[in-house]
Amino acid sequence: MNRYHDPSILPSEIPSESEYFDRRRVLAALAASAAMIGGGIDAAAQTGRPAVQARPAPRYTRNPKFSTNEPPNSWEDITSYNNFYEFGFNKEDPYERAQSFRSHPWNVEIDGEAEVRGRFTLEDILKPHALEERIYRFRCVEAWSRIVPWMGFPLADLIRRFKPTSRAKFVEFTTLLDPKQMPGQRTSVLDWPYREGLRIDEAMNPLTMLVVGVYGKWLPNQNGAPLRLIVPWKYGFKSIKSIVRIRFTERQPTTSWNLSAPDEYGFFANVNPEVDHPRWSQAKERRIGGNFLTSRIDTLPFNGYAAEVASLYRGMDLRRFY
Amino acid sequence: MTARNVSARSKAERALKTLVFIGASIPVVLLLAGIAGVASQSLGPNPIREILHITGKTSLNLLMITLMVTPTRIVTGWVALQAVRRALGLFAFAYAVLHFLIYAVLELDLDFSDLSREIVRRPFIIIGMIALLALIPLAVTSTNRMMRQLGRRWQTLHRLIYLIAILGVWHYYWQVKADIREPLIYAGILAVLLGYRIWLRRRRVSP
Repeated sequence: MNRYHDPSILPSEIPSESEYFDRRRVLAALAASAAMIGGGIDAAAQTGRPAVQARPAPRYTRNPKFSTNEPPNSWEDITSYNNFYEFGFNKEDPYERAQSFRSHPWNVEIDGEAEVRGRFTLEDILKPHALEERIYRFRCVEAWSRIVPWMGFPLADLIRRFKPTSRAKFVEFTTLLDPKQMPGQRTSVLDWPYREGLRIDEAMNPLTMLVVGVYGKWLPNQNGAPLRLIVPWKYGFKSIKSIVRIRFTERQPTTSWNLSAPDEYGFFANVNPEVDHPRWSQAKERRIGGNFLTSRIDTLPFNGYAAEVASLYRGMDLRRFY
Repeated sequence: MTARNVSARSKAERALKTLVFIGASIPVVLLLAGIAGVASQSLGPNPIREILHITGKTSLNLLMITLMVTPTRIVTGWVALQAVRRALGLFAFAYAVLHFLIYAVLELDLDFSDLSREIVRRPFIIIGMIALLALIPLAVTSTNRMMRQLGRRWQTLHRLIYLIAILGVWHYYWQVKADIREPLIYAGILAVLLGYRIWLRRRRVSP
């Protein structure tokens, strides 16, 4: 019999049998194992601890086929420099103000032109999907970029579950509206709640991801916890955060930035070095995380994903449909 | 004026000047600390944008403070204030030059085709460039000798500062993505400062 005793565990820390089978513990353990296999009961509700700590670490596989070889930015670069106007308009605001945001429990409404509709818990949304890590380029409309190891699953897999009808030509996404928790929503800088949309073929493209984590951890609040979109060939503002509603529509949905400044932010917002923002150039980008002597790099058409997505826009004038 | 009054005034002037020199040097000291990563200063993952932001904002702030000197002196009667106006204006100019140099050298890597293309095609950059160019003659003619030489024309020339301040606020307003509240605060302050001057003029002209 193996009598090895790990010196790092004090005998007093080992629970007695009665403690071990204490009801709460069993529940928490069940919740943890359920969440481990891709969903389940929220462990936080059982233990009363903050959700981020209580959720078991996610399981995922790496997907090199969809990943760039470029070295990813650091965790700090990714989680302390964000545009998430719901939490303020400076890059450090989301990091500073989103820490107490309650991203669990969370519900997502599936709505519109689909056979299956309704309100689902995040766990139900995630349950059938295997999580994978993909290292994508991320290009902000403000001409900075970074490399991010996202963790999530293809949006197409989710869409298929809800069986959109033939009338579903677009998908609309909506962020949570909660001005109490999201101080930016107490201003009228944008027309809240934040809304974004994709054409159905863009949404079904294998590159388009629903993301729940970064660097193998659950998404930090400032990065759009607990569920966000990532469309790597479009400017970052298309990749909506903290999603509470996914709706299938026949008409092109209204999107927040397009509503705010239609001549500056189009519905498509594909990364395009040839089409400048009216107030600044999009030909180059600053890869963040460098020092102040790092040069800017050239921006690539469709952010380097032209081979995968250029065909979606065949015959379209990309200057007109920016 | 008695000798004692004069020495009291020059003492106040000296103290104010010291204050201006220290105050106006703080942003550049913090920037250097940020670049070196000391004293818990950090410029974040996009340091050049941060440096551009800090130098631009400081220049604009100093420009606003410069424009506050005369109204404050008239309202409070505190004559010593007038002595720091030149220093404030020159610091505003220095930060504007720094702002431009960092843009040209660090942001555009001194790629001159890039630079000329950007200057021509970006309205907010044109506005900023005009403001900077207009500051040059003011800085050059800020010496006592130039003041004497130019006489009345000196004041006429230095009224350019009103235009420069408007362009400066406009430059800031135009590069903000959506949250225009802060540029609007600057515009509001500037409107009060310029409005006060117009009001003063009207009162002098009418009997």
